[in-house]
Amino acid sequence: MPFIPHTEEDIQEMLTAIGVDSIDALFDEIPDELRCGELDEIPAGMPEMEVSRLMQGRARQDGQPLCFLGAGAYDHHIPAAVWQLTTRGEFYTAYTPYQAEASQGTLQLLYEYQSMMTALTGMDVSNASLYDGASALAEAVLMAVRGNRKSKSGRILVPRTLHPLYRRVTHSIVRNQGIELVEIDYDSESGQVDLSSLEQHAGEDFAALVIPQPNFFGVLENTDRLTDWAHANGMLAIAVVNPLAMSILKPAGEWGESGADICCGEGQPMGAPLASGGPYFGFLCCREKLVRQMPGRIIGKTVDLDGKPGYALTLQAREQHIRRSKATSNICTNQGLMVTAATIHMAIMGGEGLQRVAAACHANTKKLAQTLCDLPQVESPFTGPVFHEQVLRLPLAAKDALRALAAHNVLGGFDLSDDYPELENAILVCATELRSDEEIEQYRSKLERVIAAQVQTPCQLKPDW
Amino acid sequence: MIYEQSRSGRQATAQTNFEMPALPDIPQELLREQPAGLPEVSEMQAVRHYTRLSQKNFSIDTHFYPLGSCTMKYNPRACNSLASLPGFLSRHPLAPDTHSQGFMACMHELQEILKHVTGMHAVSLSPAAGAQGEFAGVAMIRAYHDARGDDARTEILVPDAAHGTNPASAVMCGYKAREIPTGQDGDIDLEALKEVLGPQTAGIMLTNPSTVGVFERRIKEIAGLVHDAGGLLYYDGANLNAILGKVRPGDMGFDVIHMNLHKTFSTPHGGGGPGAGPVGVSQRLEPYLPVPMVDFDGSDYVWLTEKERSDTIGRLSAFAGNAGVLLRAYVYARLLGREGMHRVAEFSSLNANYLLKRLMEAGFDAAYPERRASHEFILTLKKQAKELGVNTMDFAKRMLDYGVHAPTTYFPLLVPECLLVEPTETEAKEDLDDFVEIMKTIKQEAETQPELVKQAPHTMPVRRLDDVRAARELDLAWKGQE
Repeated sequence: MPFIPHTEEDIQEMLTAIGVDSIDALFDEIPDELRCGELDEIPAGMPEMEVSRLMQGRARQDGQPLCFLGAGAYDHHIPAAVWQLTTRGEFYTAYTPYQAEASQGTLQLLYEYQSMMTALTGMDVSNASLYDGASALAEAVLMAVRGNRKSKSGRILVPRTLHPLYRRVTHSIVRNQGIELVEIDYDSESGQVDLSSLEQHAGEDFAALVIPQPNFFGVLENTDRLTDWAHANGMLAIAVVNPLAMSILKPAGEWGESGADICCGEGQPMGAPLASGGPYFGFLCCREKLVRQMPGRIIGKTVDLDGKPGYALTLQAREQHIRRSKATSNICTNQGLMVTAATIHMAIMGGEGLQRVAAACHANTKKLAQTLCDLPQVESPFTGPVFHEQVLRLPLAAKDALRALAAHNVLGGFDLSDDYPELENAILVCATELRSDEEIEQYRSKLERVIAAQVQTPCQLKPDW
Repeated sequence: MIYEQSRSGRQATAQTNFEMPALPDIPQELLREQPAGLPEVSEMQAVRHYTRLSQKNFSIDTHFYPLGSCTMKYNPRACNSLASLPGFLSRHPLAPDTHSQGFMACMHELQEILKHVTGMHAVSLSPAAGAQGEFAGVAMIRAYHDARGDDARTEILVPDAAHGTNPASAVMCGYKAREIPTGQDGDIDLEALKEVLGPQTAGIMLTNPSTVGVFERRIKEIAGLVHDAGGLLYYDGANLNAILGKVRPGDMGFDVIHMNLHKTFSTPHGGGGPGAGPVGVSQRLEPYLPVPMVDFDGSDYVWLTEKERSDTIGRLSAFAGNAGVLLRAYVYARLLGREGMHRVAEFSSLNANYLLKRLMEAGFDAAYPERRASHEFILTLKKQAKELGVNTMDFAKRMLDYGVHAPTTYFPLLVPECLLVEPTETEAKEDLDDFVEIMKTIKQEAETQPELVKQAPHTMPVRRLDDVRAARELDLAWKGQE
């Protein structure tokens, strides 16, 4: 019996001890009419060897296309040590550290994680993770509505330059509490938040302004100005950042005169593989004054009976298992294992190592964009400075171009035409530190062929008499 | 602390042997002045540090871990290695369907397996954990009432013994949570339920077997009452392990359920996640399921998103939830197959009932001695606390010295001095016998040398911690050498 150690003898002894004559008798409190049958629709069990064959086939089936796609999930190198350590049974098969004395490993690691995230973002405190970047923003929005005592409206300003999936997720999660997301347009030249659209809301009651850095287009926002504008108008500033970008960019805690109030984002670039979108982890940091509004686990350093330093879950009165319907969130299980990987990743890379990776990604993306813009009618529509991702406009429908590239086993980028039809045939491209010059050249030559095949008119193929 | 080993200038050159490229195109005012204050350690220092930290943890792989309501069973290693095949790890979440058929086949089959094993009409895999599944479930209940213009329903009922996530999820969906009492026998107090049901009832959230470790026998009657009042029934799948392949929530009359795959389907708990909390629904809630979902159109697997499913409650994470956890659960389901799923309920119940019986013989009090245990049971140490001054927390801490992770303590809140014990099906009889001996020994110690137990643990990396200081003098991040 897979994973069940009982021998026939064990079973008999145990049944005798209980005083029943069969295992089935243990279910005698369940009304008979509720008992289900054999579940024939579910396949029969398979030995590990066969499941292994099945899964290897499935994994191979998806190929491993050359990835120039980012849009919220990035193909980075992860040091081998990261997952070898993370999958040690002592990390992999422990649970939430309720028994602190028997969980100091996880607890100390989480404290170290919180320390690293505050260093990266320039914020005062960090929690121990949320599900992913998008749901972390939803929690940040709920936090801002609770934390901004001056605002009564439950409205949040959200730029269209924020990831469209983040906008959708946030809406799904906060709308039942009557919170409204009001969108602000972007400047069609720079690709940044349009300051005149923003100015129209000056003096109105909003709990917070969301500031993405870099924004979904890869363009860098003028974060100092946006943060100051939010504060001048009685709003909290919620930063949504790429943690790798934070290694080279001004940290959210230093934006403007007094810094962002809440900083959240997707932790995936810190040691999580692409893996179909998860598990990743959302991070959430804030100013100390907002710490009691934070959702999720927080680890604090303290001392034991002998005065020796130790670590424990703290401020639990915010949480659902203590506060129930008055909790700051319903979150219980978070993304502990991903945070374990991220902590080890950040420790191995160090602040300067991350800067090198970030700068290499940026340089590669610049190289890619320049190379592709050398092709006829490929252009970069925005003038704003970028980090490691860029919008390009193609001379053919983005869908068609990307489909044709995929047929050549190249993931050419993200199709912007559904979410931003006004940009016409635009795609969002990314080349991380993993992409070589040869791979960039492969992309160029494939795209060249795709463009040639699509835009050539039949008459050009006619022989020249 | 890793920071204590940090030395300025030490770098991870094996990882980044390339020069730091210049960033001439990024305006100076957008750049940071100094590298972030992360530790500067060698790779070996990091490996040694985190290996040592891991050794300060109890885990399923190293210790018996009978943490009630958490289903800490063996996590087969094959699930990890097969979900970590290069083709799965490198798949971008936005890869086109042409490059996703292998992954999507696994997801679609998992949806089907979960649908059948729970008796629901349809399943969405996207919620990232049980609590997010609860949120999705209650949001669907709300969407259903809203679509019918039935906006007078403002309350979600939850038993007083419910997990804290239940009332918290109800509130996140804009509802008021109202508690209903548990009767003396561990079942819901039906009379009290009848009193609170009405046109304001949106639904009820139940765990069955309940958090007091017994099967709610009058579940059909409860379902009838709630449905008659126009409310819907939500099933919290925390205890699905107890009934897997024996009874299905769909057959009990539930309209919406979540499953905790990190419990019942043995994906790792990871020191606090990632979990996965798929939701299943009856036919009337099907339009509202969260996206994305995977469909099979006869030749290919395709994603169903907001476009195809306009009534959906929406998306709960940017991509498709905790895909890697779902893959692990899929591998587990294929290893077990249908016959293995029956055995989960059978042997988890056998282990729990055996352990309960042996502990009762050893002089411990069950909270519900007249009831059959499900896959877990509650002991109450009221007597020991009163007579010996040694409480449940002391027992729990002393267990750590004997190499056993403590069961869940002081939950559910309605049973005084309680221990919620869940041995799971993967523990052998001799491990259960050892646990009984440990409990007897601690009881004896409590009688003869109570201070030993009250001061426990004695053998852990730290002794009992000052939680009050942790909350009062907040130290949440390293601020440099003191």
